Amino acid sequence: MSTFAPAPGRAPMRTILATQIRMELLLTARRGEAVVLAMGVPLLVLLGAGLFDVTNLPTEDRLGYVVPGVLALTVMSTAFTGQAITTGYERSYGVLKRLGASPLTRPGLLLAKTAAVLVQIVVQVLVLALVGLAVGWRPEAGALLPALGVTVLAAAGYSGLALLLASVLKPETTTGAATLIYVVMLSVGGIMFGAPDLGPAGWFLLPLAAHAEALRETLMHGGSVPAGIWLALLAWAVLWPAVAARKFRWE
Amino acid sequence: MVGGDAAAVEVTDVVVRYGDTTAVDGVSLRLPRGRVLALLGHNGAGKTSLLQVCEGFRRPDGGRARVLGLDPVGDHDALMPRLGIMLQSGGVYPWATAGEILRLFASFAADPLDTDMLLDRLGLRRFERTRFRRLSGGEQQRLSLAVALVGRPELVFLDEPTAGMDTEARHTTWQLIEELRADGVSVLLTTHLLDEAERLADDVVIMRSGRVAATGTPAELTSAAAVDVLEVRAEPGLDLAGLRGRWSVAEPSPGQYTISGALDTAGLAEVLTWFASAGADVTAVNTRRRTLEDVYLSLTTQTPVGAAQ
Repeated sequence: MSTFAPAPGRAPMRTILATQIRMELLLTARRGEAVVLAMGVPLLVLLGAGLFDVTNLPTEDRLGYVVPGVLALTVMSTAFTGQAITTGYERSYGVLKRLGASPLTRPGLLLAKTAAVLVQIVVQVLVLALVGLAVGWRPEAGALLPALGVTVLAAAGYSGLALLLASVLKPETTTGAATLIYVVMLSVGGIMFGAPDLGPAGWFLLPLAAHAEALRETLMHGGSVPAGIWLALLAWAVLWPAVAARKFRWE
Repeated sequence: MVGGDAAAVEVTDVVVRYGDTTAVDGVSLRLPRGRVLALLGHNGAGKTSLLQVCEGFRRPDGGRARVLGLDPVGDHDALMPRLGIMLQSGGVYPWATAGEILRLFASFAADPLDTDMLLDRLGLRRFERTRFRRLSGGEQQRLSLAVALVGRPELVFLDEPTAGMDTEARHTTWQLIEELRADGVSVLLTTHLLDEAERLADDVVIMRSGRVAATGTPAELTSAAAVDVLEVRAEPGLDLAGLRGRWSVAEPSPGQYTISGALDTAGLAEVLTWFASAGADVTAVNTRRRTLEDVYLSLTTQTPVGAAQ
């Protein structure tokens, strides 16, 4: 009996990626605070600010204003806050190092993480949109493509900043910083109440407000995304992933 | 297969620096296929740093490492499926269960070992549904070992494989490593346990302050520098002048004599003949061979660096 006789080899890449993505999703679902942050807070905001006059909105159509903001919020909570916290801890536990030195490879790990984030975002957006529709949200369907475009840009920018924070800060600091940024973005406005108009620079500083505004323009009015928002989100999508790629650390 | 005839590990003049500190200072070693090599040394001797170079986690600051004939950094993706890596700690999702983790790594391999068999062999079956962070240090180590083996690797790197294990788990692990060797797997392990190195290793490399202090098989290391010791119990206060010169003699406690030096069969006969001719009443005789521990201690505590090669 030669139980351990060498027979090395890599499984098909799609098998490797599929099991890794499943593990990423399983572990996310297991972390209570991640689920609350990703689904609980947006749902609360949607139902609270969308159905009741708890805040002053610059429009009579409360759901029309709040639902796009909530969709933008859930993208940020998953692509930025959740991802920064998870990646920071995985780095400190040596998980990134260990998986990078397995047949999964480093690009494979990044791909699996990105795919897991995208799956979460799609599920969350669908659930929140369905809840919105159920309570009376009536969006315009004519400008879905630009809505999708700004969402991809926002997710890419958030992911880049998340990976950057997780690389340069300690995991506890990453958690603190990512949560703080989440809270600041949520409270500055554009979701539950109107955001201050800071011009193009404001769109760059407040990507959540910019993304929410773009979604309102498209989903509420069926209009086009203002050029300033395209530029601001494009800058995020290029800048943070580029810096993260230079600074990213596996251990 | 690429590099099919190359040594499992070939390290030449490797240097590793962390800022101003030199952790590995020009180390060379060779692990032929199918053998077990133990890197032995204190904490901080440079063992893990050297292992990290072989695993491709670090590019050496000098020298060259070849693993299965490949460059551990440049050929990372080609090499990884052929290696089994056990880190000193961590490397595993704390919130995943032991079974989930092992099956995840099994799914990465083309022809993995049966995960149930591995869990049974390592005594982990009852922890299959236990999350990693709830396992004890020794249980975590056993799971890491299982993860390293599940892909049927040609070569395994084990960094302090039995650290934190109880005696039983340690013996199970030793049996497993002996089985790996018998099945043709090459093993490079680090340890600071002398009995572990002595039992498992074909070759031992003793490291001290980032350098190789000595290298050889356990038998070579113990006999090359061997000073066998003869302990004789007789009446106290004998005049040992007749023995001095050829052997070093001492009476550390009254009536307890130690004679060390060249003690082959003829030498032993001569010493005992001397006791007989001195009219001594010998009540006990004991021979002692130098152990790897004696060699290790003399190399790592007394000898100046670089003088022991």
